[in-house]
Formats: sequence, C-alpha cells, structure tokens
Amino acid sequence: MVVRARLRQRIRGFFAERKVLEVETPLLVSAAAADPNVPVLAVTPHDRSSNCFLHTSPEHAMKRLLSGGFGDIYQLVPVFRDGEQGRQHNPEFTLLEWYRCGFDHHRLADETIDLLRCLLGELPKVTRIAYCDAFQRWAALNPLTSDSAELAAATASQGGDPGWPRGVQQDYLFGTVVAPQLTGLTVVFDYPAEQAALARLKPADPRLAERFEVFIDGVEIANGFHELADAAEQRQRFEAERKRYAASGRVVPPTDERLLAALEAGLPDCAGVAVGFDRIVMRVTGSDDIRSVMAFPHGEN
Amino acid sequence: MASFNTNEFRSGLKLLIDNDPYTIIENEFVKPGKGQAFNRVKMRNLKTGRVVDKTFKSGESVEAADVMDTDMQYLYFDGEFYHFMVPDTFEQYAAEANAVGDAAQWLKEQDMCLVTLWDNSPLMVAPPNFVELAITETDPGLKGDTAQGGVKPATLETGAVVKVPLFVEEGEVIKVDTRTGEYVSRARD
Repeated sequence: MVVRARLRQRIRGFFAERKVLEVETPLLVSAAAADPNVPVLAVTPHDRSSNCFLHTSPEHAMKRLLSGGFGDIYQLVPVFRDGEQGRQHNPEFTLLEWYRCGFDHHRLADETIDLLRCLLGELPKVTRIAYCDAFQRWAALNPLTSDSAELAAATASQGGDPGWPRGVQQDYLFGTVVAPQLTGLTVVFDYPAEQAALARLKPADPRLAERFEVFIDGVEIANGFHELADAAEQRQRFEAERKRYAASGRVVPPTDERLLAALEAGLPDCAGVAVGFDRIVMRVTGSDDIRSVMAFPHGEN
Repeated sequence: MASFNTNEFRSGLKLLIDNDPYTIIENEFVKPGKGQAFNRVKMRNLKTGRVVDKTFKSGESVEAADVMDTDMQYLYFDGEFYHFMVPDTFEQYAAEANAVGDAAQWLKEQDMCLVTLWDNSPLMVAPPNFVELAITETDPGLKGDTAQGGVKPATLETGAVVKVPLFVEEGEVIKVDTRTGEYVSRARD
C-alpha cells in the first residue's frame, strides 16, 4: 500500500510536469469493444432494462475526450476482465493509460521508458525488436509468411494443439518460446494487423499494425498504439470482432456508436498506451504474484 | 456428457482426455500479451499415475471424467478380483488387481477403503491411512533389548512385511501407517 501510494504520487508528478491532464471516465459503460481476448464483465441492472458492462479499459471514453479537444490526457483507473486470474492477473486491476497528440507509437514507447525509469529507477538494458524479428530469432518462424504445417509443427513441439487456429498458435508460441527470451526491458513493435484492433496499419506494410508492447523480463508491462482515427475502418474491425466474440457464447456488448461518432468528428493524430500499474508495483517490491501487491485480491476479499 | 470450462479448473478436478481420466494437480492462467489466454495444467493420469503437462486455450471446454471417490468395505479376494461393498446400499464392486495395486498388501476383510470409481468401475483403491494387522511370523523377541531400538522383519496376516521393534512378538496386533509402510505401535486392545 505504501509503495502503491508512492508510485501514484510519482506518476502524477511525471504527468503534471509534462502538462498531461488527469481525467476520469465511467467504469460502468453501456457499450464496449467485443475483443474475444479481453472478456467483458456484464452487469444486469435491477429492472433488467439493458445490460451494463464494467469497462476493460478507459480507451473508448478517453478517445471521445481527445476528439473533444482535451489534448494530452492520462488516467489511473481500475479495470475489469472476466475470468483473468493467475500469478500475473486479477479480474480487477489498475491501469495507467495515457494519450499524446502528435506522437507515433515509437515516440510514445520512448516516453513509456522514461516513465518506467522514473518509477523503477535504474532500468535494465533496453532492447527494441519488431514482432516478426523476435519470432524469427527465437521461434525460427515468420508469423506473416510461414506455412501452416511449419507453424503447427512448432506448436506441437511446445506441447500445444496443432489444431488451434493460426492466431492462437502464434499467441501460444509467442508466450512459450519468445516471451521468456525477452530479458531486461524489451520493446516489441509492429504487430501483425489482426492483433491490434484499435491501431493504425503501417503505411509501408499493411500486414502490420503500429502497436508496441513493453516487456520486463518476459512480463508484459505496457501495450500501446498509434491510434486508428478512421471511423469506417474501425467499424469494420468492430464487426469482425463481434462475430468472433459471439462464437464464444458470451453476452456481446453493443457497438460503441459514440466512439465511432467521435472518430468521425475527428480524432487528433495521437498515440496511446496502457501500463499495468500492479505489475509495476510487483517489480518494485520484487514480487512474482499479483495477489501480494493488492490489499484484497479477488476471491480473497 | 458433463464438461468443465477452463475457468472452472482447480486442483482435484477430474477430466477425460484421450479416453483416460486425469485429475488436475495445478492450474495456471497464462496470458503473455494481449492475445489468446491459456491454462497451463499439470495433471495426473489416474490409470497410469503418470504426471503430464497440458495447455488449454482459455474458454475451452473439456469433458469431465465420471470419477467419484466412495468409501467402501473390503469383502474378499476371489483369486482374480477384489470385492468391495458400499455399506449404505450394499452395492458391490469387483476391482481388478491392477486397480488395487500396492493397496492389496494392506487390505483386511471388513476394513473401510476409499475406492475411486470411473464410469462406475473401480479405478483405484486407497487403503485406510492406518491399519491394524496381526503378525503371523517373526523371530522371537529378545528380552531386555527394548531400549536399543533395533528392528526385525515381521510378516503380517495380509502378507505384507514390515520392520518392527525387537520386543514385538508373533500373534500380536500392530498398527501400521500404509502411506509409508512403517510400524507405528502395538494396537491397543
């Protein structure tokens, strides 16, 4: 608790100095993205009029603020993800999310490292590597061009199921083979487009999206995008995700029309990133279990 | 057929995989990045006892194994099968020698055991943690040797051989810990 309070203070100081405005957005929302990998907790109101949802990230609301002209903004906020529980996960956790106008994902990655240095002190050596290069180096595969047989063989050799869809196999190999190699502080950038529903595609290669993640010793700490500002393209991606989400048998949240309207009205060119606050606390306290950095972890409260 | 979603996984849960029953020893939720989440599971094959690691996609459903632990009374061995009975219902079950395994050497008629049933047939038999058995054969005890803590082998009525202190004699009933196969004490009359 003491460490958490101290880190919050430092974060607020960091952003105050850089003139980034602290904002607040609702936790309880009526529409949300239906990312099959980020399950939403649905809440049924007493009169059963319509489902509400606990937000999985403040991204949509913050983008609406951006399009409303608020400029650079940040938020330190609890978010909820259904069923995520493990050593690195709790269904309710704290995200630090911020947006910078005029930044692309590389420049925002630099600022993320500055923030981590401010919070963690001396950082391990920083490595930057493109997603495909990391995959090539440690899994000897190219996620964009390798054929299915090669991918399936690699998945099977790691104890996975070669019958999984291609994207799942990639995630599996990234988790079992690549991530453990990301020692020190590693920025992975330019992810395959299907793994970044809210990011811009790379103009030079539309198979890739302008997304980055920061790993410290194999643990994901931050995830950022050069934000997609095209309403029509965003709608298409939402629709594709809704179909996959529905297949999982969950309550599908309504499409966030207000976000799409905000994009239509114009989102400034910006990049945004979300940092797992609890994982920073884990790093500072040298803990390897998220429960030990929360006063009342889920299931024990 | 019943099944479990990965979010219901916890240790002790019984799953059916490739037609074999497994029990979960450890379950860990892993999600290295923003992508697909997985459950990394350490589990024991209840037929072979072998421990294996398997990874499931989170959200997947896995068939449940119809495995149940039931307290039963051991009745008798007919030369091929070991027979057990549920005392409340008088239902009887015949277990093959490989299901009984090492437990056989501790089974005394009328003792209560924990029988694991899979699809209604005995898969595993666990003897009580402590059993009281009579010694059928051991060397005569040596007088005055009680303090030294020496031991000698003794054959029990079920055929098991355990090490007992020198003062214990043939015909006496002793208490044995079946988990370690060690002598605990003389049985109190």
